[in-house]
Amino acid sequence: MRVGLFVTCLVDLFRPSIGFAALKLLEAAGCEVVVPQTQTCCGQPGYNSGDRASAQALARKVLNEFEACDYLVAPSGSCAGMIRAHYPDLFSDQPEELERIKRLCGRTYELTDFLVNVARLEQVPGRFDGTVTYHDSCSGLREAGVKSQPRQLLAKMQGLKLKEMEEAEVCCGFGGTFAVKFGEISTRLADNKCNNVAASGADALVLGDLGCMLNIEGRLRRRGDMKTQVLHVAEVLAGTDGND
Amino acid sequence: MQVTSMNFKARAGEKLADVKLQAALRKLQGNFVKGRADRVAELDNFEAIRTAAAEIRDRALANLDVYLEEFETNATARGAVVHWAETAEEANRIVCELAVRYGVRKAAKSKSMVSEECALNDALEAAGIEVIETDLGEYILQLAHEPPSHIVAPVVHKSKEDVSDLFEEKHKLTRKTRIPDLCREAREILRPHFLSADMGISGANFIVAETGSTLIVTNEGNGRMVTTLPRVHVAITGIEKVVPTLEDATTLLRLLPRHGTGQTITNYISVNTGVKDAADLDGPEHFHIILVDAGRTKLIGGDMQAMLRCIRCGACMNHCPVYQSVGGHAYGWVYPGPMGSILTPSYVGIENALDLPNASTLCNQCGVVCPVKIPLPDLMRKLRERQFERGLKPWPEKLGLALWGWTARHPALYAVLSRIGARMLAYMGGAEKRIHHLPLGGGWTAGRDMPAPQGKTFRELYSQKIRKG
Repeated sequence: MRVGLFVTCLVDLFRPSIGFAALKLLEAAGCEVVVPQTQTCCGQPGYNSGDRASAQALARKVLNEFEACDYLVAPSGSCAGMIRAHYPDLFSDQPEELERIKRLCGRTYELTDFLVNVARLEQVPGRFDGTVTYHDSCSGLREAGVKSQPRQLLAKMQGLKLKEMEEAEVCCGFGGTFAVKFGEISTRLADNKCNNVAASGADALVLGDLGCMLNIEGRLRRRGDMKTQVLHVAEVLAGTDGND
Repeated sequence: MQVTSMNFKARAGEKLADVKLQAALRKLQGNFVKGRADRVAELDNFEAIRTAAAEIRDRALANLDVYLEEFETNATARGAVVHWAETAEEANRIVCELAVRYGVRKAAKSKSMVSEECALNDALEAAGIEVIETDLGEYILQLAHEPPSHIVAPVVHKSKEDVSDLFEEKHKLTRKTRIPDLCREAREILRPHFLSADMGISGANFIVAETGSTLIVTNEGNGRMVTTLPRVHVAITGIEKVVPTLEDATTLLRLLPRHGTGQTITNYISVNTGVKDAADLDGPEHFHIILVDAGRTKLIGGDMQAMLRCIRCGACMNHCPVYQSVGGHAYGWVYPGPMGSILTPSYVGIENALDLPNASTLCNQCGVVCPVKIPLPDLMRKLRERQFERGLKPWPEKLGLALWGWTARHPALYAVLSRIGARMLAYMGGAEKRIHHLPLGGGWTAGRDMPAPQGKTFRELYSQKIRKG
């Protein structure tokens, strides 16, 4: 099957290792992976800030770039959720494009969801010795239905122990531009998350969205916690870390 | 009520630093959040009830004129008088006129958020009428001269110690510190007021078209006294509260207490129909029902109509991480939390509450727990769109969005700029790979570091990899 990897703008800019980890996992699952080179952003920043026209233009761009693939896979619940849950709204008054958009939505997956439910990845290449705790990102959980998939994959890894934290499903306070506009509130929510991570005693926080990662890691380090690793689930599963 | 929603951000900062408030807000978690989860888990057909509840509310709103007229006909047939108030001021004027007509000197009130919208107490007091709030929380707030900070638990922002201090100061009795003693003291003070009030004022959780009844959901019993003891009962509520049948009301009641207070059912459900009959021992001689519009009809037929399904349970705020952090007063009007972030701009003007639709991470926990399936984040986003269309966004945001949107549509330019950006930020991160201060991103770096990029973009690394083969 031909999978279009939607890297996401944050991964492209901040942490390419997540993109390469996703690539490795998809190839390990036997997929032919293509990476459309003109891809940029799914349009979520504009969409959530009220700039519908710009969101629509970017959605159209994603549609054109990925329509020829059997699947669109993103290492992000947030971007996959944007496409699946919100693209149809952007084209609700344009029946022809809406049909194409709906077909794309039905073939769009968050990475771990795809690996478990479509590609049925059996062997996980990575190795991690230690305890991890998992943060459920809001869009992944509530828009893309990602909950058990990353845990099922992590459970396949020898040496890795999952210790659930309290309030794993509560927002970390990122919220895109919210994190800058309402910095104080956002920081408090990140702080709550850090407290729960710390209380879990895990060596690493693992999660599936880079936005939450930057937020929580940023707060952990500012609090003086240099020890707890913050890793994307793709990096853990692929056995690559942020420094590769 | 005066609108101070434009001060959201400044207020939020104060509230985050208020240690006592933070401790008080944590109470919501155990009582209301866990309580709701437990009560919902008891229902084996919860989703079916939730769907039915949303459909009942939709049906009522789709035929609002029909059901309101049916309500008026049936209420009138039972001896009640229905008044229509297009604005808050009109509602206040009607109550004040009724007070004059019936020679009212004192009014006892049970909890009503619509009366908070109208600032009814101020209007009555200005007309020389004594008003006593009888819901314990509202009574405490009346003594403290504060507005409610939650629609179900209005005094959630106060601690037990705050209430001890307040009662000692206002009642001038021996200081009580135990909650049962404080409740008893309030009860002893309130009892004579119930007996001497000439008018009882209540709200209504629902009004039932087929019977012409108003229905209230309470725990303290004050609502029942307010609606039965005084010779005049005035119920004031929003026009959207109508439901077609009593059966519909009972369906909604399967969800309201579970979502509001984590109870299967509240201590009291009072259904008030008509005036006292010759054979009745209790009940008001005069029953007036004031149906308030105050902005509601403007939402009918528009993209905010789903908000009118709201049954005022408060679950959205109880589960909102932002509300949990800043409390209700920061929102600056009657309704806080996610529902307030939609109702406030809708009722008082989008330009008077610019922060509110943006004061959410759109985490959708509110939408998930809403018993009538209001897509709260989608509605907040629609309000953001309206702000954008009307040019109400601050210029740095407008500029940022325009630049981002334009650049992202031009992949070649985007590639160059993102490569430069990744390198600059990586350089700023230094050996620690963390940025402590980000120009234009002070909102982020005041409380957090920004983990620095790895240095090259995925797209350039991937191109290199492909070239190498």
